[in-house]
Amino acid sequence: MTALAVVSGGLREPSSTRLLADRLDAAVRADLDAAGVSASSTVVELRPLGRAVMDAMLTGFPTTSLAEAFDILADADGLIAVTPAFNASFGGLFKSFFDVLPEETLTDMPVLIGATGGTERHSLVLEHALRPMFSYLHAVVSPTGVYAATDDFGAQEGASLRERIDRAAVDFSRLLRSCGPRQRRDVFAEEVASMERLLGSNDRRHPRP
Amino acid sequence: MQFGIFTVGDVTPDPTTGTAPTEAERIRATLAIAAKVEEVGLDVFATGEHHNPPFVPSSPTTLLGFIAGRTERIVLSTSTTLITTDDPVKIAEDFSVLQHLSAGRTDLMLGRGNTGPVYPWFGKDIRQAVALTVENYDLLRRLWREETVDWEGRFRTPLQGFTLVPRPLDGVPPFVWHGSIRTPEIAELAAYYGDGFFANHIFWPASHTERMVRLYRQRFEHYGHGTAAQAIVGLGGQVFMRRNSQDAVREFRPYFDNAPVYGHGPSLEEFTAQTPLTVGSPQQVIERTLGFRDYVGDYQRQLFLVDHAGLPLKTVLEQLDMLGEDVVPVLRKEFEVGRPADVPAAPTHESLVAARKSEGADG
Repeated sequence: MTALAVVSGGLREPSSTRLLADRLDAAVRADLDAAGVSASSTVVELRPLGRAVMDAMLTGFPTTSLAEAFDILADADGLIAVTPAFNASFGGLFKSFFDVLPEETLTDMPVLIGATGGTERHSLVLEHALRPMFSYLHAVVSPTGVYAATDDFGAQEGASLRERIDRAAVDFSRLLRSCGPRQRRDVFAEEVASMERLLGSNDRRHPRP
Repeated sequence: MQFGIFTVGDVTPDPTTGTAPTEAERIRATLAIAAKVEEVGLDVFATGEHHNPPFVPSSPTTLLGFIAGRTERIVLSTSTTLITTDDPVKIAEDFSVLQHLSAGRTDLMLGRGNTGPVYPWFGKDIRQAVALTVENYDLLRRLWREETVDWEGRFRTPLQGFTLVPRPLDGVPPFVWHGSIRTPEIAELAAYYGDGFFANHIFWPASHTERMVRLYRQRFEHYGHGTAAQAIVGLGGQVFMRRNSQDAVREFRPYFDNAPVYGHGPSLEEFTAQTPLTVGSPQQVIERTLGFRDYVGDYQRQLFLVDHAGLPLKTVLEQLDMLGEDVVPVLRKEFEVGRPADVPAAPTHESLVAARKSEGADG
């Protein structure tokens, strides 16, 4: 069973960002299914976590609900992350969520990126903002992201949103299957192990009296 | 079990009046607080070490030396001494002198400090924080235990034939705690040497403290210092009390809402639910504090933070009166209930001297 986490940074209800996230999720699961891989997905809506994200930024620790969202990502084999485009970048809540997410959560995580905006003029937000951030977090970002402008939800011609979603889903599905099941990183245990090694090597240099 | 307070030493405006004490007033207030700790029958006074505004305690052993001269009974400690950026030779010297001045009423808690720039200010590289901790602490231990030290490391000029003066009182170094807010590395360090582990506790949820203490206890046993239950554990706590709990909440709220560490974030109620902060009656503080044992086991030292966020000295002294009169006597009694006989008390100079003598007699 492949576990997908879906993060939607939309602020309105209903949200076109959530709509895009759901369609990406459905397309990815359909493609995985066609390849004989069963998958489940869990959606993390950021709007209800807005205050918790800011509290975590100020206090340094997550509330229970935010910690649950972190666990959904940490336990996932892949992530679909979609944000509205604000001021030539991702939304602030979207960025803040990933700012307070514990380090190493996304290391080696296959990620499909998506964004929405009023017009197609902002489509490079995927390449200028989302891709570098997830690369920085050591995620494996799928080569094809999806940007949806308001018009895309009604367009009749050209490269339709449906086709772009399907193309991105096929790429991401192949990436997920290549990467396989993901082992959750245990940073706590890793820090203890590295400290144990450091203390041991110090002892070899300076045997204890 | 030991009870005491730990102070950060912040100069913070009182949010209800807008006025901040001068540095001189804050330092004098700290002295009054330490004197009160002794007067009301608590056991430990610990001060932080900071090298930037708005804090005043940049030289803890100077402060503690003065307090040592004005008190008879309390243990003087730190929360924390910066093992990463302070020269371990100077730490050894300063605490050796303090140990003699206080006739053994000295221990210390090692930690890493709370601000990044302290590393470059003292010529150190923050990326080496863990390696600095390990190397500096190794040297500190040697200086206290070996008459003549030949030593070479990565971060400090080598020592050849160096002798620490004065030698530790009665040949016994001060007991060392290792303080940690977040990192399990410090629990491993404390366990490795069989030192005390102090979980800051107050800024994070209890589940985090529980996990850290469990790790420390397991590793303490792993390294052969005793059973997990015999490991030496200290906890922070944070309280504000009035006879009537509603009065406590009403009075403390503006201080909470504007506190430098957590202000302008979660509400007082949320933070109280998520962390050990207890705002209420002495009875509520007693019940909450006794509950700590449920997730860390029987432990040795409980320090409270009571003098931060701009609380006036008068209020802080009232808190100490309540701790001394109403809270700690009950805690002492209740914490003894069901405490296994082989769980040690917090090490003191006297107990360490006695342990050394019995080791000598055995060997």
